[in-house]
Amino acid sequence: MIDQLTVFLENEKGRLAAACRTIADSGIDMHALFVADTTEFGVARIFCDTPRKAADALRDAGYRASVTPVVAVHVPNRVGGLADLLEFCDSKNINIEYGYCFSVGKQTAIDVLKVSSELDVEKTLLEAHFNLVRPEEIYQAD
Amino acid sequence: MEQTYYQPEIETMPREQLRELQLKRVQESVKHAYDNVKFYQDSFKAAGVEPGDLKTLDDLVKFPFVVKQDMRDAYPFGLFAVPQKEVARIHASSGTTGQATVVGHTAEDLKNWGDCFARGIYMVGGSAESTIQVSYGYGLFTGGLGAHAGGEAVGCTVIPTSSGNTKRQIQMMKDLGTDILACTPSYALLIADTAIEMGYNPAKDFKISGVILGAEPASEAMRQDIREKLGVTYCDVYGLSEVMGPGVAMECSVGHGLHLAEDHFYAEIVDPQTLKPVPDGEYGELVFTTLTRRCSPLVRYRTRDMTRIISEECACGRTHRKIDRIVGRTDDMLIIRGVNVFPSQIEQVIVEFPEIAAQYQIVLTNKGPLDRVELNVETVPDFPFDEIRKLQDLKRRLAAELKSNLQISVEIKIVEPKTIERSEGKAKRIIDLREGRH
Repeated sequence: MIDQLTVFLENEKGRLAAACRTIADSGIDMHALFVADTTEFGVARIFCDTPRKAADALRDAGYRASVTPVVAVHVPNRVGGLADLLEFCDSKNINIEYGYCFSVGKQTAIDVLKVSSELDVEKTLLEAHFNLVRPEEIYQAD
Repeated sequence: MEQTYYQPEIETMPREQLRELQLKRVQESVKHAYDNVKFYQDSFKAAGVEPGDLKTLDDLVKFPFVVKQDMRDAYPFGLFAVPQKEVARIHASSGTTGQATVVGHTAEDLKNWGDCFARGIYMVGGSAESTIQVSYGYGLFTGGLGAHAGGEAVGCTVIPTSSGNTKRQIQMMKDLGTDILACTPSYALLIADTAIEMGYNPAKDFKISGVILGAEPASEAMRQDIREKLGVTYCDVYGLSEVMGPGVAMECSVGHGLHLAEDHFYAEIVDPQTLKPVPDGEYGELVFTTLTRRCSPLVRYRTRDMTRIISEECACGRTHRKIDRIVGRTDDMLIIRGVNVFPSQIEQVIVEFPEIAAQYQIVLTNKGPLDRVELNVETVPDFPFDEIRKLQDLKRRLAAELKSNLQISVEIKIVEPKTIERSEGKAKRIIDLREGRH
């Protein structure tokens, strides 16, 4: 599993900037950021080095922050790459709470999924020959 | 539980007969107050009424109110209606919010007080066979001596431990075989928790079977906690030192309200704004006229406590009407879109949601014709807030629960921690930004 840093933010001016500054002030490098937003609050999902340390730093600064386990899969950069993955999840009754993608280089994309399932999702994906992302490929773990 | 009554002929008196008794007593009591207290002569005169105008109980609404400030102004003896040689005891309120108020009791007043409290001892299954431990403070505060008088009236074995020294309380409770504990809810819980820490299971190891708790508010969750930890029947006792002390109303084993001692007190519920009586069942301010008090009679005393009358017949057989649990003080009441709302009602809903932290803040605004209510809450730290769906679902459920409890729509805003001010003492829970309300 990959550790995603999750931060709850009120939809107020400057909150995202302040949260990023708090992470920066702890000397932690960020690699990817996604914001899911509603009219009054947002949830920032972040890949950064030492995510646990980052969550502690944010909590100390008064944020609601936590480390959420997510699954990340390398998907080949071709037509239907993501569809194959999602169809497979569907066939195994793996429920996807949310997901997002980002690219590393030109050849592959990384798909990140928050899943809920009775199964060991990583094991199930590995057995079906999906290429899982290891934490050290994205960030420095802690 | 089989019902036994301390004073069956009074407690189960047919309503018509009880109303007649109330009328006879209210006429005597109002006349007694008027004949002996200058304050009443002046206030009745100003309102253009005389004791003789009281032909029916409904005529009482023509009489002026007495408020706490009147009692402060009358300090110390201005409202006493008997000569000093008849005063058997004096109690006084703490005076934390101003000048202390002094209330006197004749020997007869004290006897009636004991009788009122004694009814509650029977409500938890007690009798002359019982041992009652009084862990309310003894002193100017009415809790200790009020419960003590109740125990003596029943003929119980009374253990006057007063409050404090919790381990000794528990030792006594165990060694002396206490059946009934009388104290504040928070102290009962401390006793239970301390006993458990000491290695006991009070629900099984101790003889205790009833508690009579009052003098401070307790949530239903706290009451259930006490019931389970001590293994007891819970009697909520209401009282106020201005009117008597604990025993003005007590909760029978059926629950759903506290039986008023209607042979000693006439209760009205009035709208705190208009001061007009409200129908039975509607919330408003509790107003008391004492019916038998000789030393410090009160005519239409505004308690500032908000509750409602429950007039439905009670399965326990007592005919005296009940009051609901006190929902708040008039000082705390908010009027939102014409609906009376108490912060305590909001709090009660919030505590039922384990996903939400105890801190909250209510922001009231009125841009446009309607009041807008926003409730700011925080999730507990381990709430899975990464999923928007779960946050939305929590908001929806909380809003629905508030709507059904308060009858008003509340906008829920989930905020970052520490947005809501923490404070050592009373946190500022209400921010009223409505125009024209200050």
